[in-house]
Amino acid sequence: MTAGVETPALLLAVPEFGAAAQELRQDVRRFIDEARAAGDFVPRCDAWLAGFSADFSRELGRRGWIGMTWPARYGGHERTALERFVVAEELLAAGAPVAAHWIADRQSGPQIYRHGTDAQRERFLPDIARGVSYFSLGMSEPDSGSDLASVRTTARRVSGGWRLNGTKVWTSHAHHAHYVTVLCRTADSEPGNRHSGLSIVIVDLAAQGVTVRPIQLITGEHHFNEVTFQDVLVPDDMLLGEEGAGWRLVTAELSLERSGPERFLSTFALLPELMRMLGPEVGDRAAAEIGRLIAELCTLRQMSASVAAMIDAGQDPVAEAALVKDLGTRFEQQVPEVVRLVARADASGEAGATFARLLSEAVLAAPGFTLRGGTTEILRGITARALGVR
Amino acid sequence: MSYERRLLIESAAGVIARHRPPQEEDASWSAPLWDALEEHGFTRVSLPEELGGTGGDLADAAAVARLIGQTAAPVPLADTVLVGGWLLAEAGLPVGDGPCPAAPSTDGARLERRPGGWRLTGSLPRVPWGRFAETVAVLAATPDGWAVVAVDAADLTAAEAVNLAGEPRDDLMVDAEIDAARVALAPPHVDAAALRRRGALARALTIAGSLDQVLALTVAYVREREQFGRPIAKFQAVQQQIAVLAGEVASASAAVDAAVLAEARGAAPWPVAVAKAEASSAAGRAAAIAHQLHGAMGFTDEYALHHLTRRLWAWRDEFGDESEWWIALGREAAAAGPERLWHVVSGAVSPAA
Repeated sequence: MTAGVETPALLLAVPEFGAAAQELRQDVRRFIDEARAAGDFVPRCDAWLAGFSADFSRELGRRGWIGMTWPARYGGHERTALERFVVAEELLAAGAPVAAHWIADRQSGPQIYRHGTDAQRERFLPDIARGVSYFSLGMSEPDSGSDLASVRTTARRVSGGWRLNGTKVWTSHAHHAHYVTVLCRTADSEPGNRHSGLSIVIVDLAAQGVTVRPIQLITGEHHFNEVTFQDVLVPDDMLLGEEGAGWRLVTAELSLERSGPERFLSTFALLPELMRMLGPEVGDRAAAEIGRLIAELCTLRQMSASVAAMIDAGQDPVAEAALVKDLGTRFEQQVPEVVRLVARADASGEAGATFARLLSEAVLAAPGFTLRGGTTEILRGITARALGVR
Repeated sequence: MSYERRLLIESAAGVIARHRPPQEEDASWSAPLWDALEEHGFTRVSLPEELGGTGGDLADAAAVARLIGQTAAPVPLADTVLVGGWLLAEAGLPVGDGPCPAAPSTDGARLERRPGGWRLTGSLPRVPWGRFAETVAVLAATPDGWAVVAVDAADLTAAEAVNLAGEPRDDLMVDAEIDAARVALAPPHVDAAALRRRGALARALTIAGSLDQVLALTVAYVREREQFGRPIAKFQAVQQQIAVLAGEVASASAAVDAAVLAEARGAAPWPVAVAKAEASSAAGRAAAIAHQLHGAMGFTDEYALHHLTRRLWAWRDEFGDESEWWIALGREAAAAGPERLWHVVSGAVSPAA
């Protein structure tokens, strides 16, 4: 064994929330308390996917809590990624309905800001930041899941634009959203480079030839859809980034997509309800199980914020984000498994009913946590490769 | 990490590399290594200079303690700097030369006032490197509150015992008159819980360091070891386990870093509880993966892995295993109540604050 200092571990420095972020946190908490008191929402699990409220999103937009990191000229608020993290985690911990704008704020907006033309930024970003324009992701297809480069949706050049044909699945809230960003093949791939020839186009979901069909989940809910494009005419100015740059665009935002607080807080709403049932004094066994979850939660939260701080510092922490998502999604999956064994089986009354509802939401949503946004297996491959094991 | 701290670590790593006993000796104590570290000032890092310390801050001490874990160096440096030396310094007592661990237990010995001094009698169970200590820092109850005693080795008799890594964990007997200059009342923030917290922080740090090295060894091994005509790193089953191992190491590391930062800003029971719980639970899981990926080789005496993993298995139980700290966290969370649970998690502060 050598006395080496360098190790191959992925390093995540302790993030420092500044005074502005802490002040912001208090503002968000006050807003949440008021909204709950007014009955504007009922806390639920998986609220960033299943909690859809146009009114709530519009109100968040009004308060400047969407598009937070974008420049003011595009309707943004020039905040840091850590400040955005604070708003996101407060809303998610409260189980607030943020699904309407979530994808546009987290993913499509930043993608348009980074890769779009100025005209595209001016056209799309202000409405996203106001909380009135929603986006869906057109990535997976019936035969393309983890192997995203195998997509078969095609966009062929026509006069003035592209003709789009194909089918996308797991398209969250396509039945409410205004646009979908579609990964499609605009040219055959070059030999030896299957990531070439892919592009991203923004498609108006109201366009002719677009069909949105619900996919019902085991939760009994409908937020996923199958979206079919049949000879949909996509104007030239809806190509995002360069033709053929689709793969680069898809992978560029991965650290934003994978490391946020939605990757460990999807079932947090269960914990306060459990504590409400158990009361202020708990036995050793319950305390140990709760304490284990709390220890992991504190650590994950810190690691996730650390990735946000790295993004603020101009880094692109793809491997760190993959690691945090793997750990975080396993945690949020574990929460209902632990909680159900700690809870009193004879819980009844209103508290019991609320707890039972949240628990069933968590259990039924849990399988998706380690699938969406990159499966555990894919993420671990990324982590291993970053360590030189591949 | 600052340039100065990097220099400090590189310098300490150099001293360890030059003076440590050969690995095959499987030593649990090395006087030459201790002396070399002491000569360079590493054994008193972060302690106040007026009490015999060599300056630096808690983060410097933490970095050196972590290095001790990473290198499995057979010296009680973390126990001296972060626990025993800390305890003496907090009470304003000078910290002399030589190993200075603290007695982990506060209820085995009786401290009584005598004309012109004190008398300490009883037992101090499982004192780290007790038989090699020059001084043992003892926290004892008095009618006036907690007192700190710098017990001289000459006043102690050791019944030798070891932990499962072979490190000395001796039961010390004491029955001695103690000079008044070696006893001081503890300041209000120093009590039995604070001592346990500092011990937990020290072990969490050495665990984190050891985990870094376990990952490094395991990554190197799977890239070298060939089976079925290729390095086993090429197999997805192996890659996936490496990623899980990296997750354990990163979590423990993040939790420990946060605890050091919080402790440097004042007593930090919550972050240290999180850190020891995370480090202890990661220790077992990481050791299991590392041994699985090393195959039978890692299970042999001649290979380096067991120097790390046996320490991990020992350290995870010392100053509170993960269950003890989970229970502490769970009780505090319950006391905070449902409406404040998230505030406690996101503030990472004591619910009582």
